[in-house]
Amino acid sequence: MLNKNIYLIVIISLVFAISFWIGFNVNLLPAEASINAPIYDELFKILFIIGLIIFIGMTIAVVYSLFKFRKRNDQIGDGIALEGNLSLEIVWTIIPSIIVLLIGLYSYNIYDRMGGMKELNHNHEMMSSNSEKIWAGISQTSDNQVSNNLSIEVSAMQFAFLFNYPKGNFISGELHVPVDQKVSMKMESKDVIHAFWVPEFRIKQDIIPGQPTILNFTPTKVGKYPIICAELCGPYHGGMRASIIVEEESDYNEWFNKNKKTEVNL
Amino acid sequence: MTISIDPQKTNNESLQPKGWLRYFSFSLDHKVIGIQYLVCGFLFYLIGGTLASAIRIELASPMSDFMPRDVYNQVLTLHGTIMIFLWIVPVVNGAFGNYLIPFYVGARDMAFPRLNAVAFWLIPPSGLMLVASYFVDGAAQAGWTAYPPLSITTPQSGQIIWILSVLLLGGSSIFGGINFIATIIKLRRPGLKLMQLPMYCWAMLGTSLLVVLSTPVLAGTLILLSFDIIAKTGFFNPVLGGNVVVYQHLFWFYSHPAVYIMVLPAFGLVSEILPVHARKPLFGYTTMVFSIMGIVVLGLVVWAHHMFTSGTPPWMRLFFTIATAFIAVPTGIKFFNWVATLWGGKISINSAMLFSCGFIINFVFGGITGVALAQVPFDIHVHDTYFVVAHFHYIVYGGTVFIIFSSIYHWFPKVAGKMLNEKLGILHFIITFIGFNLCFAPQHWLGLNGMPRRVAEYDPQFQFVNQISSLGALLMAMSTIPFLINVFLSVRNGKDAGDNPWNALTPEWLTSSPPPVENWEGEAPLVEEPYGYGKEFSEQK
Amino acid sequence: MTTLDSSKEIQKNNSEVNETHEDFRMFGLITFLIADGMTFAGFFAAYLTYKAVNPLPDGAIYELELPIPTLNTILLLVSSATFHKAGKALLKDKNSDSQKWLFFTAFLGIIFLICQLFEYFHLPFGLTDNLFASTFYALTGFHGLHVTLGTLMILIITWQSRINGGRLNSQNMFPLEAVELYWHFVDGIWVILFIILYLL
Repeated sequence: MLNKNIYLIVIISLVFAISFWIGFNVNLLPAEASINAPIYDELFKILFIIGLIIFIGMTIAVVYSLFKFRKRNDQIGDGIALEGNLSLEIVWTIIPSIIVLLIGLYSYNIYDRMGGMKELNHNHEMMSSNSEKIWAGISQTSDNQVSNNLSIEVSAMQFAFLFNYPKGNFISGELHVPVDQKVSMKMESKDVIHAFWVPEFRIKQDIIPGQPTILNFTPTKVGKYPIICAELCGPYHGGMRASIIVEEESDYNEWFNKNKKTEVNL
Repeated sequence: MTISIDPQKTNNESLQPKGWLRYFSFSLDHKVIGIQYLVCGFLFYLIGGTLASAIRIELASPMSDFMPRDVYNQVLTLHGTIMIFLWIVPVVNGAFGNYLIPFYVGARDMAFPRLNAVAFWLIPPSGLMLVASYFVDGAAQAGWTAYPPLSITTPQSGQIIWILSVLLLGGSSIFGGINFIATIIKLRRPGLKLMQLPMYCWAMLGTSLLVVLSTPVLAGTLILLSFDIIAKTGFFNPVLGGNVVVYQHLFWFYSHPAVYIMVLPAFGLVSEILPVHARKPLFGYTTMVFSIMGIVVLGLVVWAHHMFTSGTPPWMRLFFTIATAFIAVPTGIKFFNWVATLWGGKISINSAMLFSCGFIINFVFGGITGVALAQVPFDIHVHDTYFVVAHFHYIVYGGTVFIIFSSIYHWFPKVAGKMLNEKLGILHFIITFIGFNLCFAPQHWLGLNGMPRRVAEYDPQFQFVNQISSLGALLMAMSTIPFLINVFLSVRNGKDAGDNPWNALTPEWLTSSPPPVENWEGEAPLVEEPYGYGKEFSEQK
Repeated sequence: MTTLDSSKEIQKNNSEVNETHEDFRMFGLITFLIADGMTFAGFFAAYLTYKAVNPLPDGAIYELELPIPTLNTILLLVSSATFHKAGKALLKDKNSDSQKWLFFTAFLGIIFLICQLFEYFHLPFGLTDNLFASTFYALTGFHGLHVTLGTLMILIITWQSRINGGRLNSQNMFPLEAVELYWHFVDGIWVILFIILYLL
């Protein structure tokens, strides 16, 4: 009996060790390039480890039962007439409930840190133009540069994104943003539902016709990342992509001024 | 008491054709209808599988080069619709439900045999209509979710035919659901208590409740959508002041429970199969019943987790996160109970058992990604990507389709009186299991790294993983071959099965195989312990 | 049934069974009506959401006139009562009385439909004018379809309850009871619809 328990403990700790090792050493996610990304990856890691423990544990239990309790050729008759075990069933009702509840609260906390639970801050620049209702995407505030928001208007259509820089009065097919600055986008769709997804930023928001939506993010890493439409929008849905270019503030200003001059005359 | 339990049954059965012809007739026999559902569903499965292969061929290269882009969208729409509405829902509910439920409640037929036949005969025409729409003016191309405004702006004839056939299939499903509820509640053999019913009855009761409560909402929604398309109203058309998110709410109010309509019967079937081949009683009968009902109740209030990126308000996201994650609790109980059923048994390793265990492993995996997807911040990144595609294929293919095959291996001797070949069956399992995991496991990585779903072209960096996935799909397609050979060979000259080859205790095995027209010669047996393995009276059998 | 000896025996057995088992056709009908009610629930939910979330364009706020729908509500409520009378009369084997009440019920249903059409033709908006107009027509139209179907069924059972050769009598009440339940259901839906659409 003691022997059996020791095996069980060894197997359980092995499952935990393997799950933690995989959880910490196997990276399944793309680069982290926004404030959201490390928060997301923290949640992912936890869920990944818990999932691995359950999956490996259940697989071992099933495979072990199939092997250990398989019917040998000389055997006849039935297994033990065990119809249930109330305390065991209570245990595996309560423990998963607690785990699920903790995961739920934890992910709520993560979501709050991403800024998802915040009410829309009433930015007058956005709201004053008319009384239309603005819908909240996930939004987030970065503490240092609240006043220095970069506002961009995104229009999505079959099958392209257009980025309007109201301050420079020009429209671009590429999204240029300075690094480490909060970007606030007002997104509108001209025809069907599209979605704005930057995998490296871990953000996605449907762009729904008739519902102008705010999406905020703060890039943290210089580079060029894909913007992908993630909602089926027609035959060329797979080709509906754009790029977001995160650059140093000086580079961004240079690009901005260059475009501003040419477009202002129009 | 040698009389019919069923007052609805009419005496015109002598007019019904005999032999193979009866499967093409308006038969009122629940066993014939069950087989009709199964064979019809399997034919549509072959069509849907062909479409899936076409998708995987297209995705073997990053460019859209195998078929035109709009045809690709039609193919993925038809694939989803056929697999859900013409294969899984009719087979796992209609086929096994019709065949087994009357046995389990000790009746000679379903409560409403004529309604039952009508429900089946709605399926082939609507399915053929759906497939034929491709050849008319192009099939629907807005995905099986048919989100407006895309479904309003794409070519109309295909979308209208799609709506019409889904409405008919929904009607068939509702008729079936009403029949199952009435049969299980009202048609039980005298003396048979609810808590003595085999677990599949409970699963079908829960499923039918979901069908009756949620399918009509889909019907209403699709009627409104067809108004938008034909009469140019503006329910879901933002240009005319409509609201597309309302469509999504109404659609998912049906289509999330639809997931449980697809998996709950599978839960019931696996609860029948495991005890027989493990020679042990089903572990925790009462908790199993309560967890089914828990899933039914929770399943009705989680739909908005499909819409976390659709601009839903924060409180709604929070509520639906918690509600969705809690479905894992009753589901988890069921899986622990099944493993406990296996534990300490005398397990026969055969095709039915292997497919059931494959189901447990696949479904646990799909369930874990499901709990992860329920978390709003997690979902925001992977929503509408291949991660979701992989997740739900783990649920519906790795889960339900595995159980459909397991059930076919388990109940084939009952239906045909002949055994299926075990060697071919195990070969079928191995190819399916490897092919399935090879096809869908890599897709999780694709989704996490930036490949959205429903695309015909993708970033070239994903090519290698997509090719692995396509290879898995090829294996899955090939796995059907040993199965078909097996069925044809066994029907012609399979080993004689006897009445009860598995030595099972559930009522359907207590009559001859194949069963007589009215299920029992004489009175229906009273089975108080359908899972009484290891007890004295079971040893005598 | 072929396994049994003769059709005569089957008839006898069936009637025996009918006595020992409660009739579950009613149970099936109730289940169906729950399903049907869910369709309406979906429509109501959509209507209320539109009302809360989607403001109508300027100048598009329509006041619905109350007299006709109020009259319609009274018509349907009275018709529920007359249908009940018809059932009671049939139970007492007063078939011709029952027929009269049924006919009167169907008449009220037809008046309801005429009033509804009258309202349609005198409304200041059409089906595609705006979201409110569309939902209004969808809801009342779908309900009107139910009333039409119910009226037709009442006319059919009126025909069936004739004294000589009719299928409907105090021994076979099911068709009447089924249609009655359906009719009450349709009335109930109308009351909810009236409150939500006209009064709120």
